Amino acid sequence: MTNRAALIFLLPFGALFVVFFVLPIGYAINESLYKLKRSGLGFGTPERVFSGLANYAAVFGNGTFLAGVRRLLLFGIVQVPIMLGLALVLALVLDGHAARFKRFFRLVYFLPYAVPGVIAAIVWSFLYTPEISPFGLDLLGGGVVLWSIGNIVTWTWTGFNMLVIYAALQAIPKELCEAASMDGASAWRIAWSIKIPMVRSSLILTGVFSIIGTLQLFNEPTVLNGVTTAVSKSYTPLMWSLQVALDNNDYALGSAIAIVLALLAGALSFLFLRLSAWLTRRGVM
Amino acid sequence: MRTSMRAQVLTTAFLFVVAVYILLPVWWLVVSATKSGGDLFDTPGLWFGDLNLAGNVERVMSQDGGLYPRWLLNTLIYSGGGALGATLLAAMAGYALAKYPFRGRGAVFAVIMGAVLVPAPLITLPLYLLESRLGLLNTMWGVLLPCMVSPFGVYLARAYAEAAVPDTLLEAGRIDGAGELRIFFTVGIRLMAPALVTLFLFQFVAIWNNFFLPMMVLNDQALWPITLGLVKWHGIRTGFLRDAVVTGALISIIPVILAFVSLQRFWKADLAAGSVKM
Repeated sequence: MTNRAALIFLLPFGALFVVFFVLPIGYAINESLYKLKRSGLGFGTPERVFSGLANYAAVFGNGTFLAGVRRLLLFGIVQVPIMLGLALVLALVLDGHAARFKRFFRLVYFLPYAVPGVIAAIVWSFLYTPEISPFGLDLLGGGVVLWSIGNIVTWTWTGFNMLVIYAALQAIPKELCEAASMDGASAWRIAWSIKIPMVRSSLILTGVFSIIGTLQLFNEPTVLNGVTTAVSKSYTPLMWSLQVALDNNDYALGSAIAIVLALLAGALSFLFLRLSAWLTRRGVM
Repeated sequence: MRTSMRAQVLTTAFLFVVAVYILLPVWWLVVSATKSGGDLFDTPGLWFGDLNLAGNVERVMSQDGGLYPRWLLNTLIYSGGGALGATLLAAMAGYALAKYPFRGRGAVFAVIMGAVLVPAPLITLPLYLLESRLGLLNTMWGVLLPCMVSPFGVYLARAYAEAAVPDTLLEAGRIDGAGELRIFFTVGIRLMAPALVTLFLFQFVAIWNNFFLPMMVLNDQALWPITLGLVKWHGIRTGFLRDAVVTGALISIIPVILAFVSLQRFWKADLAAGSVKM
């Protein structure tokens, strides 16, 4: 009886989940194991032949892919700590007693969450264009454009991350901080020794989300691709997978890139989790 | 706790500087939406030129045969319909996972949790290939149906159902002879309602912000959401649609901001419940 009821409740979600989530993954894996072989002069319909892991080898041997991944790693190492650091500091200040107008500030910081990523990118792209920008700087050149993208991502996501951390801070029992304060601990000390350790799980959560988000960087560079030649159509691996699949009609290679990216995201998240667990055991955090 | 005047001034100043950074692009957008195309170049970026807002709005609304209002409507359909479907499906699945101790429950939940970690954009390309087989490309359903699948929503709904729906109440319903579906729709879903509003909001915004999926699935301009349409207008190198893009961007963020400000109390409390349990 309960089995049947459970089935009925699970069925609608389950059906769509299988069709639009599980099936595409299986489809991509299958697709990535084949290659299109053109006969002789390339006339006639190409033949689809099993090629094992050849597409994966092609992904890792490709300079465009490696350049894209290197770009993302550099981006992630710099942008993610800046964004999460800022989010943490803002959350601590808003949770503390010192600042004024906290409600107003919280609302302002969360505002970018309501702005679609591509709209934010469009607006910033105007601010980056020297003829229009109130700053009069060219922020679309090859040397700086990666950090201009980093600025858009930071602007969009700092408030959201701040809110996640802030919510966890609010759940800390007030007596804990009051007791520490009576024992003579300074606000800095309380933040460092009580608050930050107690919101560790939120920090890890935002960290994992940011790592995953970095690897799938797509919207912002795609918008900037429309206004500057410094951002190519293969600027990030995800953009490249689309270029390969849609412009070159090589779905097999495109699928292989997507799968490699998903595995990379999983591996990096796993490493990050292990690292934070290790740091915790060592008493660092 | 008493704090010194100096600490108060310093921290508030810090918050103020960050707020200026956040508001700067928004302020530029508001100011620029009132300017004519030429004034975008000729007047200071952060202050008003000749007011041309009405002209700009008219231009956005009529450009390319009135595509923009169409995009606005499409976005509402995708966000509203998709979020409604996603919330209902997630509520039912989460409720089942929390309240029925059926065989294989752990395994089902593990699969859904695994799916939370799979970034959606990475399955969009295979999704596109699959949809071309199913004949869903270039249809509204091609965007709506995938948007209704939210593994994270199921995870949250399960946590909410565990916390908010007492087993004794369900038992009472069963003793009174009510069927399981009836118990869910009269008792379960009501107790979960505040959490479900949060879920709806988050999904609504996520779909409103979505760009990648519609870009892959939709060829026909008349089916596009705003994000896709504005990016295409923006990408026209001559920039002759620039004032339309600016004003269109401003109009596109107003509905979400209104929804958030008016439903503020829902996103605060329940986000906390979700994140603490993680």
